[in-house]
Amino acid sequence: MTEHEYQNFVEKENAVIDGIDVSGIWNRMWEPRELTGFDFTYLDKVTSLPGGASMRACYQCAECVGACPVDNVGSYGPRKLFQRLQRGMDLFNHPDLWLCTTCNNCLRVCPKGVDMMQVMPAAREQAILDGNVPAELQEMLQNVAEYGNPMGESARRRTRWTKGVEYPVRDLSKDPGEVDVLWYVSDYFSYHSRGNDAARAMVRVFNHLGVDFGILGRGERCDGDSQRLCGETGLFEELVEHNHALFEQNPHQTLVVSDPHAYNALKNHYPELTGVEYPVQHYTQFLAGRIAQLNGLLTGEFARKVTFHDPCYLGRHNGEYEAPRNLIETVPGVELIEMFRCKQQGYCCGGGGGGMWLDGLTADHTSERLSENRVREAVEVGAEVLAVCCPYEVSRFEDAVKSTGNEDVLEVLDIIEIIDMCIG
Amino acid sequence: MRFAVLLKWVPDLVEDLEVDDEGTGVDTEDLKFKLNEFDDHALEQALLLAGEGDEVVALTLEGDGAEKMLCTAIAKGASRGIRLTGSSSLDTAGLADSFSQALGADTYDLILTGVQSVDDRDGQLGPVLAARMGLPCVSVVSEVGLEGSTAMVAKEYSGGMVAEFEVDLPAVLGIQAASEAPRYAPVSRVRQVQQTVDLEEFAVSGTGASSGSSITGMAQPESGGGAKMLTGLDELVEVLNGLGVT
Repeated sequence: MTEHEYQNFVEKENAVIDGIDVSGIWNRMWEPRELTGFDFTYLDKVTSLPGGASMRACYQCAECVGACPVDNVGSYGPRKLFQRLQRGMDLFNHPDLWLCTTCNNCLRVCPKGVDMMQVMPAAREQAILDGNVPAELQEMLQNVAEYGNPMGESARRRTRWTKGVEYPVRDLSKDPGEVDVLWYVSDYFSYHSRGNDAARAMVRVFNHLGVDFGILGRGERCDGDSQRLCGETGLFEELVEHNHALFEQNPHQTLVVSDPHAYNALKNHYPELTGVEYPVQHYTQFLAGRIAQLNGLLTGEFARKVTFHDPCYLGRHNGEYEAPRNLIETVPGVELIEMFRCKQQGYCCGGGGGGMWLDGLTADHTSERLSENRVREAVEVGAEVLAVCCPYEVSRFEDAVKSTGNEDVLEVLDIIEIIDMCIG
Repeated sequence: MRFAVLLKWVPDLVEDLEVDDEGTGVDTEDLKFKLNEFDDHALEQALLLAGEGDEVVALTLEGDGAEKMLCTAIAKGASRGIRLTGSSSLDTAGLADSFSQALGADTYDLILTGVQSVDDRDGQLGPVLAARMGLPCVSVVSEVGLEGSTAMVAKEYSGGMVAEFEVDLPAVLGIQAASEAPRYAPVSRVRQVQQTVDLEEFAVSGTGASSGSSITGMAQPESGGGAKMLTGLDELVEVLNGLGVT
């Protein structure tokens, strides 16, 4: 302590600068802020990981804290994380490791390029290798490794949703070959009951548009993007190898995905491993390219106030804000209203980066679910319908609508469901 | 201290099971298999007990899933994996015969296996193996502690009763549940083990052992007709009143 220079400073009784007395109690630093003597073991461990180096670039400006959706309902944000690491926090054994939803809003505003989309997966991978995995996340990872989907459902049941659809669905696992559109259905469209509704709607819309499409059937496995962001790199690589082989076996012009997470994986991360650029489009992009044709088909009216939730992995991560909005506005009768936090500043549903399977852990460290916060916002702007286009979101927001008591106020629908309803 | 863990590849109950054409077994075509979950607990218990310098050896019969089971066990912390070759009988007596040969070729302080496997619900592998090897055995074990050359184990009985046993080592334990949930094996580590570790093999000889019983028929349970669907709380109260519940 004694070697510090500040102890030689003399505190003046009064100091007047530009006519203002700055020696008041409000301006006094009662205790020196000590930044030495802390254990940097874990900060060094984080920054030495591949992808972890940018953590050290933080200069505490706090831009990220205002942007962080988790801080909005708790105490988080990269700035806070960095300071805790500076003070010796063992991130690898701390709940903070799992709260980040990798929504990308902090990186958007960070002047120093602290990239949590690389830092968190790197730190999480280390924790997983050390055996520190939250139980609820472990169950999901095991299910994906064992069954190819987070629910732990049988691969044989992946196409069960196709039963009862009034149009044929070509299952390429039984009838392989070339198609114009290879539709990567995704886990939640395949297995979740509300996802099934959207998947059936997609089939109907594809048929009305005359699209020649096929699905991978029981062969399809989870895209792996959320697992990658959870730090399970080996599992991601295994899924990439599996799905890539199926894409190669079934020649196609366009690879249409239901899930923005799959879109992100196929556009940005599969090519790093396979060396192949995929002709991938999110379904909203595919349909937005056929709006003229859709206009002729949309004979029904949807006369309701609709607001749209930008999925982080379609919007902020991949810059697509217009295709979903163009589709919604194509529907006759719709009044599209924006929420306060939209497009680049869109709020996160809480499901990304593993948040989908960390509800228990997150609940212990936040005042409400991110999805609940978002639903309140949708209600506040006067929306009657919350439109989504990410398979994670229907279940998340429907739960939040119930838990916030808005069942009679707000309905959650996938955009494809709205379009399907209005095709005559 | 050296621990042995016996692993079995069994049908995955996530699938709808069907009886085969002969009517004596499960139709295994298109069926998914996985590690018997009780064996996963046995492995976890061994890994929890093992200290520095101890060895955990995983053993299983050759065939589908053997490599995956053994490599996953090593990825979780087991020291070695041994694949038993040449075994022809898969009933409990045959398994016990095969495992006793492999285990007899080395010295083990504690042999752990799942209390039962989901494909036969027999629960006899531990006791039959122990009898063959002349070792003590405790089954339905939910707690294990080691004190020198003895193991303190808790055995579960029906009705929530638990008995504590002191068992001289070496011994055989049938594990009902490990004291912690089985750990996760990161896929990258399993893949690394698959690429770098040579699994050992042990050739089993003279496997003609049989339990002497055979399955004569297997069928899906028939739906009963005794269920009544109630439509509301009032009806439930009425039914309970009718049963004399007040």
